[in-house]
Parts: sequence; C-alpha cells; structure tokens
Amino acid sequence: MNLLGKLDWSAIPFDQPIIMVASALMILVIGAILGWITLKGHWPYLWSEWITSVDHKRIGVMYILLAMVMLLRGFTDAIMMRAQQAVAAGGAEGYLPPEHFDQIFSAHGTIMIFFMAMPFVIGLMNIILPLQLGVRDVAFPTLNSVSFWLTASGTLLINISLVVGEFAKTGWVAYPPLAELQFSPGVGVDYYLWSLQISGIGTLMTGINFVTTILKMRAPGMGYMRMPVFCWTALASNLLIVAAFPVLTATFAMLLLDRYLGFHFFTVEAGGNAMMYINLFWVWGHPEVYILILPAFGVFSEVVATFSGKPLFGYRSMVAATMAICVLSFLVWLHHFFTMGASADVNGFFGVMTMIIAVPTGVKIFNWLFTMYGGRVRFSVPILWSIGFMVTFVIGGMTGVLMAVPPADFQLHNSLFLVAHFHNVIIGGVVFGVFAAYNYWFPKVFGFRLHEGWGKASFWCWLVGFYLAFMPLYALGLMGMTRRLQHYDNPEWQPWLVAAAVGAAVILVGVACQVAQLAVSIRDRRLLRDLTGDPWNGRTLEWSTSSPPPAWNFAVLPQVGDIDAWWSRKQAMPARQEAPARPYQAIEMPKNSPTGFITAFFAVVTGFALIWHIWWMAGLGLVGAFLTILAFAFRREEEIEIPAAEIARFDRVHEMEPAQ
Amino acid sequence: MRSGTFVSVLLGLVALGGCSEGVLDPKGPIAEGERQILFNSLGIMLAIVIPTILATLGVAFWFRSSNRRARYRPDFAYSGRLEMIVWSIPAMTVLLVGGVAWIGSHDLDPRKPLASDVAPLRVQVVSLDWKWLFIYPDHGIATVNQLTVPVGVPVSFELTSSGVMNSFFVPQLGSQIYTMAGMTTRLQLQADHAGTYRGLSANFSGDGFADMRFAVDAVPAREFQQWVQAVGRATGPVLDAAAYGGLAKPSRALPPQTYRAVAPGLFDSIVNAGMHDHHASPQRAEK
Repeated sequence: MNLLGKLDWSAIPFDQPIIMVASALMILVIGAILGWITLKGHWPYLWSEWITSVDHKRIGVMYILLAMVMLLRGFTDAIMMRAQQAVAAGGAEGYLPPEHFDQIFSAHGTIMIFFMAMPFVIGLMNIILPLQLGVRDVAFPTLNSVSFWLTASGTLLINISLVVGEFAKTGWVAYPPLAELQFSPGVGVDYYLWSLQISGIGTLMTGINFVTTILKMRAPGMGYMRMPVFCWTALASNLLIVAAFPVLTATFAMLLLDRYLGFHFFTVEAGGNAMMYINLFWVWGHPEVYILILPAFGVFSEVVATFSGKPLFGYRSMVAATMAICVLSFLVWLHHFFTMGASADVNGFFGVMTMIIAVPTGVKIFNWLFTMYGGRVRFSVPILWSIGFMVTFVIGGMTGVLMAVPPADFQLHNSLFLVAHFHNVIIGGVVFGVFAAYNYWFPKVFGFRLHEGWGKASFWCWLVGFYLAFMPLYALGLMGMTRRLQHYDNPEWQPWLVAAAVGAAVILVGVACQVAQLAVSIRDRRLLRDLTGDPWNGRTLEWSTSSPPPAWNFAVLPQVGDIDAWWSRKQAMPARQEAPARPYQAIEMPKNSPTGFITAFFAVVTGFALIWHIWWMAGLGLVGAFLTILAFAFRREEEIEIPAAEIARFDRVHEMEPAQ
Repeated sequence: MRSGTFVSVLLGLVALGGCSEGVLDPKGPIAEGERQILFNSLGIMLAIVIPTILATLGVAFWFRSSNRRARYRPDFAYSGRLEMIVWSIPAMTVLLVGGVAWIGSHDLDPRKPLASDVAPLRVQVVSLDWKWLFIYPDHGIATVNQLTVPVGVPVSFELTSSGVMNSFFVPQLGSQIYTMAGMTTRLQLQADHAGTYRGLSANFSGDGFADMRFAVDAVPAREFQQWVQAVGRATGPVLDAAAYGGLAKPSRALPPQTYRAVAPGLFDSIVNAGMHDHHASPQRAEK
C-alpha cells in the first residue's frame, strides 16, 4: 500500500521543457509575490482585510483579480494553439506533440469558461448588486466568502495539474467514453472533474445567495419593476445557476463513480450510454452561456443608458426579454448535437426553439439602439466596448442561428466555423461586457478612474485582433477544417491560420495595453481621483454613495421611488445643498471570518488526495472541512456594531450622500 | 465600416468556395441542398443584420454629445409602436428561418433514403483508434482509410464505433454523423461527380485524432465494379475476428489498405460487443 497513492516523481514532466519552463516561471512569480508580501509585512493586513473579509465588495474584487490572472493563463494557451496550427501544415508536426496540444485546448476551454468568465461575472455581481439594490451586503456574507474560496480552490487544483501530473486530454466537455478510465487512464480527467466539482459547489452557493439577496433584500420602495436592469439580469443568471449547476454536479458525480468505483453510467460496456452524459452536460451547458451573457447584457444596459444620458429604452421589454431568455435557455440544449442521429422532428424542434431565443436577444439590441437614439452619447471607454459588442454580437448571433438550422449544422458542427461562432459571442458578448463593466465601475470600487487613452488603445486592439483572429476561422470552417487538429495536411488552410495567429498577437497587444492601463492608472491615481462618487453622471444607486463605498455602503438606506432612483433624486435636487441632519444609527455588520479560507484549504487537500488516490489524506481533508463548518456553526458572535458617531464622521468627510 | 468588411469577407468566402474543397463546393445532392439552406438562411438574416449594424453605428455617431444638431430627448424611453416593431422584426426573421430549419431537417434527414432509380450501395463504417474501417457487406470486401463509391449511386451508410465517439464527415458530400459504440447511426450520401474528396473525423477522439483522415474516391459505376473485383481477387489479407482484433489496437496515420474478404456479420458483432459485459475493445496501450 503506497502512502501517496498514485503520486510519485514520474508525475512531474521533467522531460517536457515547455511545461517545465512555464511551471518554473509560475512558481518564481508566485514565490516573488509571496516573498514581497512577507518582506513588507503585509500578511496581517491581507489576512484581516481581504482573506477573511466577508464584505461583498472585497470578495468581488478578489473574484475579478482571480479572473484576470486566469485570463492571462487561458490566453497563453490560446497563443500556443494558434502558433501550433500556424506551423503544423503538410508534413510538419509543429512544436507541440498531440499529448501536450490536447491538454492545452482542454485547459483553455475549461479555464476560460469556469475560471475566467464565471469569476469575472460573479465578481461583478458581488460588487454591484448590493449597491444597486441599496442594501448593505448580500444575504449570506460568510457563505459568500466560502463560495469565493472554493472557486479559488478549483482554480488552484487546475493549475497544479500543469506541474504535477497532467490535465485532461478530452476537450473541455470531457465526453465519455473518451473521458472514461478505459480511454483516459491518467489523472487528467480527475483534475478536471474535481476542480470543477469543488468550484461548482461555490458557484451554486453564490446562486442561492444572490437569488435570496435580490428577492428579499431591496431598499425600501424598490419594487421588482424599479430594479436596475443589471439586477434583473443577475436574478435571471442566478436562477439559472441554481437550476443548472446541480445537473452538472450530478453528471460529473456519475462520471466519477464510473472512474473510481467501476460504475457503468457512460461506459461502452455493461449498458453504459455516453449519450446520457452528452445530454446532461448540455442541459447545464446551454443555460451556462446565458449565465455568462445575461449579466453582460445588464452591464450594457447600464452603460448605454448612462453614457447616452437617457433612461434605458423599453425597460419592461428588457425585463420580459431577460426572463424569456432565462426560461427558453433550458429548451435548446439538443442543438449541441444535431449530428447524434435524432429524428428530424426532434432536430427540427430544437432548431426552431434555438431561433426563438434569438427574438428576445434581438429585442435587446434594438432597445440599446433606441436608448442611444435621442441621447448625448459620450464616447468613453465603457461605451466603446458596448458599441463594439452590439456590432460583433449581431454577427455572432447570426452565425449561431445559422447553425441552429439542423442541415446547416450537419456541415458546420465541430468545425472551426463553430469555434469562430462561440468565440464571437463569448468574446464579443461576455468579455466585451466585463471589460465595459471593469472600466465603468472601477472608480466606484477604488475611488479613481482608469486611464482613458490606454483603455481606448486596448479596446481597438481587442476589436481588430478579434476580427483578425476569428473571421479566418469562419472561412476555415466552410473549407471543411475541423476543430482540435494538432496538425493537418491541407496547405490551403495555412494562410488563414497564420492570419488568425496574427489576430491573436494583436489581442496580445490589447492585453498588454490593459496591463499598462492599470499600472498607469495606479501611478496617476491622484490625477484620476474621483471625489464625487458619481464620475459618469450615473443613474442607479451605486453612484449615490462615496467611492470607494464604506463597509456599510449606505449610512441611511435610500428610499426608492423610481426606476433610475439616483437620477431622479438628482433631478429633484439639482444643486448640492447643505445636507440636513440625518438620522444616524449604529449599523450591525457581519464579522470577518476565516471559515471560507480554511474550508477551501481543506477542499484543495481533499481534491488533490482524491485525484491521486491518497485516501487517508482525502479523509483528513473532509474531516477538516467539516470541523471548520462545525466551528463556524458554534460561533458566539457574528456581527460587529459600527457606532453612529463613526458613520457620521465618515459622512462628514465624504459629504456626498445628499439627504433623502 | 466594419459591416462592409464583413460583407466583403462573406463575398470572399463565397468566391473561395469555388476553388476550395469545403462545404461551399458540393459534389452531391445532400451537400448541395445544405449549401442552399446555408445561403437561404444567411440571406434572410443579412437582410436584417446589416441594417442593424449600420443603424447602430449611425445612431451612435449622430447622437454623439458634441453634435449640437442632434436633438436631445432625455425622456424618450418608451414607444408602444416602436416596441411592437422591435419585437416583430426578429420574430418575423425567425419565422422565416424557422421554416427553413423545420423543412430542411425533414428533407435532409440523414436517415432518409435518397430518391434514385438505382439501388443504393451499402457501406458499413467503423471508427477505430485512429482509423476508419469501411465494410462493403454486399461485396464481402473491406478497406481502411479509403472509401471508394460509384458516382450517381446513393450510398447507405451504417455507422458504429469500436470505442470512443467520432464523427464521420465528408464535407463535399454533405452531412456528418456521430459514430458511437454499441449503436448504429445511419447516413445517406451520394457523389454526383467523379473525384477524390477529403474525409475526416469531426469529433475529437484522442491523441491520434488529427490523422483520422480518409480519401473518398468517387468513380464511374463501371470502374467501381472493376475495383470491387480487383480487391476481391487480390492476395491481400482477410478481415476475420483475429485480424479485426489486431486492427482495433490503437495506431496512427495508417496507410490505406484493403481486405479481399470479410467475416460475415462482423459489423453486427462489433456493434453488439459494446452491449455485452466484456472488453470489446482493448485498453489503450498508452500511459
């Protein structure tokens, strides 16, 4: 009996120079950061103000930081793939052997969806939801911290796979039978499954947390039809999380049973049926894309309205469209596999349903257009991303509807046309959305704006780079090139792939501009400082408090009487006047708690042990996590009281919350 | 103008279809039908997509804050008439494309026999790690990584897999379809022009996936008969259970190969192997 299960020195790929150099770099950078923190003595600050924080804004910032780091990781994978395909034509094998190339495209998809897009979107909702709803925190602050740290655990596990062992070589969907033990005996699929199971629990708890927050914790007077549209889209997105993520967890649990205990849910023998997995995966997978895109739609709604100086056009239509998409997203999953041999009736039905979901989406595009109509559009960075989105997303939506036609899909399925389509909607929709949001809400969170020039440079590089990188893939798909090819024999494809690689390089310049934008903005933060709390002449409640907001968000909970609550309050009281005495009261705020961090630590231990079959360690990890929760359950005090005098003092210093 | 670029890209693609070997250069009725549907749907949608893109850019530009000629209407947030238009435009587009989709799914159903005076040629397809096996049950021969079919004759495929899932795809002939162990999928295709077309797997199946290619030789009917006889008379190997066992072991980039005879019922036994509780396909040797 080996004490370390399947783990030994052969798990570390010493013979692979690319992986070793990448790992060494990663370890060096992490080591340098940790060393710097230790040297500067920042640990107590980090521990008490961030790691154990249950403040939704802090948690949101950590989510987004995680997402940005993972964007760099996933983007590195993308560059490697583009470089490989640009050279591996004819007889050439390129510089990545299939064993490595297969891990890279699997890791790219998994990381970009689960550890870049999801944390970014959830981080945004964390920061903005309570502020827009005019409340002081989410419904379950400590649970929120646990959610974040579990997401971080999953991220850590998937990155450990780079150094210790291997990652899945199955594609990010991990279809059986390929993902079964018989065909993937290594630990790669186990890394995939456990890191997603652990982060998936975090995501599900986030969904429950936010649904509760939106349904139960709005500012006085904020009826459902007065909620900002971002809150509506967040509600729809979190309802989808609550409904869809358990499906993914159950599906992965079945695959884990197959792999660990010899069950036969999806195996090729003993009555297993892989079609079940494919169906269940996409019953989660299609709502997932709406989990990501709906909050981005919310962001665009806020940005377009604010920068046009107008209310959102057709608010009720927007709400109806959002909720229609929420429901319809569960009725389209089969379009991911029209080519599996279903009958013409089934294929036809799901094709038509898929198109119907394009109707509310189209309505949204027109409503944003009419929001700009009659406005005074200020071309700042957030609206550039929004207009870039509207143009790009329309094209992505069109190619999507095209593939919803089953006979067209018989030709385009799994081709680079498909790859181009979903990058068209995910980059053009979700990524543009979170970047718009990042530029839009950054001053709210940190009290200074991001540099405009670098922001615009980044936008144009991304936009041009995107078209250069993905339009050739549409062409290649029509030329019959399928996805996930490590090499190919058709020399006609090569020029297009070289063009795509150049596009990826242009996006790289865009990413560099973003890094520069952040660095320059931090350097010039005094120049970019925003003392008003409302740098864009905003419409919703988050702009009514100071930037950054205090831990309690609002000294006195706002009274809401209209859709754009802050805008109408500004209209009613145009000139800033002496604030009358406000009825300050002491505020109870949740106490910081290390529960999330410690639970996540044990989750990593458990996950790692399960991946490597180190059963004693898995047991220890589970017991540790359980004891942590138990200790939390027996806590004696859970809130601290912030005295009225301190709140009054903060308000005097900032002086920006006008009287109710 | 970005939409202009897109249109020219599209036109470029159409032009490119003429010289490339992709789905825009069909060589059979199914691929032709699918290209028609592709163009019809694209046309319907472009009619609304291009104006929308132009309107977005136009409205954003005209209502820029520095343009004092544009009328600022800060309260323009609702119009019942506009709302109706906003909902009906995409709805009508979808009605049209939805009709195309519904009719198209039935017309081009992969299982639907092709209308023809000629009796179809039956071919059984097995995807293996990492190659394609084609069995001609009516002729008792088989090939690996090479498919020869007569021009103008419908080909009726029955497909399965020895293990992992693949997707059988000849872009210039039309529809792809998954191959799955323990199951049979069906596909009807036809080549109308003689020539050699690329065939491939369109569903990732592991490390040797990139080499799961095969050539489709579409030859005149008489040549096809000669080819069948030549394969049958050749001194090549026979595909029996033992030979299949060897073939099923993972291998990459196998050169095309023929079998002069095939054990009867081999295809059915491959399909059924997936249903029983024994290891039908050998464990992958790697790792």
